[in-house]
Amino acid sequence: MEQFTGKGVFPGIAIGKIKLYRKNEQTVKRTKIENVEKEIQRYLAAVDHAVSQLQELYQKALGEVGEANAAIFEVHQMMLQDGDYSESVENIIKTQMVNASFAVATTGDNFAKMFSSMEDAYMKERAADVQDITERLLNNLSGHELEKNESTEPVIILANDLSPSETVQLDKEMVLSFVTSAGSSNSHTAILAKTMAIPSLVGTKLPLKDEFDGALAIVDGNTGTIYIDPDQAILDEFQKKKEQELLDKNLLLKLKNKEAITLDGKKVMLYANIGNVKDLGFVLESGAAGIGLFRSEFIFLERTDYPTEEEQFEIYKTVAETMAEKPVIIRTMDIGADKQCDYFNLEPEENPALGYRAIRICLTRPELFKTQLRALFRASVYGNIQVMYPMIANLFEVQKIKELVAEVETELTEAGIQYRLPKQGLMIETPAAALISDTLAKEVDFFSIGTNDLSQYTLAIDRQNPHLDTFYDSHHPGLLSLIKLVVKNAHSAGIWVGICGELGADPSLTQEFLAMGIDELSVSPGNVLPIKKVICESNITEYEREIYAN
Amino acid sequence: MTEFKYLITDPEGIHARPAGELVKLAKTFASDIKISGNEKVGDTKKIFSIMALCIKQGQEVTLSCDGTDEVEAAAALEGFFKENL
Repeated sequence: MEQFTGKGVFPGIAIGKIKLYRKNEQTVKRTKIENVEKEIQRYLAAVDHAVSQLQELYQKALGEVGEANAAIFEVHQMMLQDGDYSESVENIIKTQMVNASFAVATTGDNFAKMFSSMEDAYMKERAADVQDITERLLNNLSGHELEKNESTEPVIILANDLSPSETVQLDKEMVLSFVTSAGSSNSHTAILAKTMAIPSLVGTKLPLKDEFDGALAIVDGNTGTIYIDPDQAILDEFQKKKEQELLDKNLLLKLKNKEAITLDGKKVMLYANIGNVKDLGFVLESGAAGIGLFRSEFIFLERTDYPTEEEQFEIYKTVAETMAEKPVIIRTMDIGADKQCDYFNLEPEENPALGYRAIRICLTRPELFKTQLRALFRASVYGNIQVMYPMIANLFEVQKIKELVAEVETELTEAGIQYRLPKQGLMIETPAAALISDTLAKEVDFFSIGTNDLSQYTLAIDRQNPHLDTFYDSHHPGLLSLIKLVVKNAHSAGIWVGICGELGADPSLTQEFLAMGIDELSVSPGNVLPIKKVICESNITEYEREIYAN
Repeated sequence: MTEFKYLITDPEGIHARPAGELVKLAKTFASDIKISGNEKVGDTKKIFSIMALCIKQGQEVTLSCDGTDEVEAAAALEGFFKENL
């Protein structure tokens, strides 16, 4: 039995087999090998595998898009089996005594260069085909494939860390738990685990050993421990704990249809956060009274090209209709910083978190932003959609947004397209916005405090860096004062204010937030019932009296 | 050795798809089959080799087949070029 401890990001116990998820290495390492014959065999096996993968894709494409379009997969097969290509790979392995991946990467580069240096535009483009087959071979050699349909039973995903684009591709029905060696409690894996309400660990520093793949493991999200290949006694103990958990969970479920009201009668809007239409099931199950944060950027991250207005419209409409008149607060795309999207072609930055992201992209590329607004306004007809804008720091940004909103309205009206202007709010996630929230409050219908970014910017702490967890005080008095100020300013202007960051799900702060006057809490679906329990058991008048008494 | 010449009429020239088809066909013969054009020589059994010639519309290619089934090979390839390129 081996045991590792990290940070639990969602409580509970998971028992199941491990699936090792290796990152697709961008850089291929050059290593010396002893057995040339064996390395060449590995290469040939990777080619065979690639050819059969392409055959499958060809058959699939044949049925879906016809022969002319499917032919590219046949061409790729021939490229893989091209005599010059394989001769080059085998030569490099033999003469340099190096690993197959290095030989493939080098050969791929050379062949791609041959095409990209051609004058003919069509042939130049073929460098992409060479890169494609090379990538496929490298993935096969490293054993890395997107395990979309590979697991037949739900597994514990073990990885170094998962990027947003990787997590969106996972079949969520097949995941019992996430365990990452890197990552902090604010990483995307952690956020996803909370949405799915599955026990998960981050920052375990555990080595990704081959033998862990397929091994039985227990994940204890309460203590942050993973037991790999557990002893029988431990296994028995945890199976019992798991049964008890199930009983507790059923008790919690009784709260599902209850309203979130404190003992002294304060009603709280308790909503759920989602990133995807697929998360709607979790929301409905959670008993949330609405959606407090729909991270629309995930629509963009899941794709290889900009989603059209129609595509976005369909998604927003589906969410609005499914939630049936319950509020659906959609945040306009928060692309940039840690949420990178290749086709946006953003230049690499020294300080992405302080850089070109979210509303800053939207305001400098208004055509993109207006497409999203049009889709949102049109979808508003079908339910209670509200829109909020991320990363506001200046008043002029809000004024600019209003100009664009007016343009979109005029265009839709002139074209005779049905729409409804939704309620609009701002995310307060920069200290600057919090400090001028009195001015900002006069411009909009509501505020939602994004505590993840607000903490990061207030405390000057990178939320992706696990080494900083010690310095990260999520209850920092400075942060709480800013929140208090925002609540006060919102209420003076007569608008409501909520929290949609992870802090909203911290049960040790719920009473404090309610005492401040927070009207809405939006948490991951898995946290809705536990927070509802805290709200229903709170007495804010009592709480305030106690605080003043001390 | 059996040879024939052919003038490419396809507007896209020998692009990826016909190059792939040509490889498929050439591989069914035992003969060594070279394709020359654009002042270069390529091997019809290797797709990259054919594509590297970068043959466009209006260029002439020479196919030379050498081996036991060279006559059949040349006939089949000539038919292929007329039909597809």
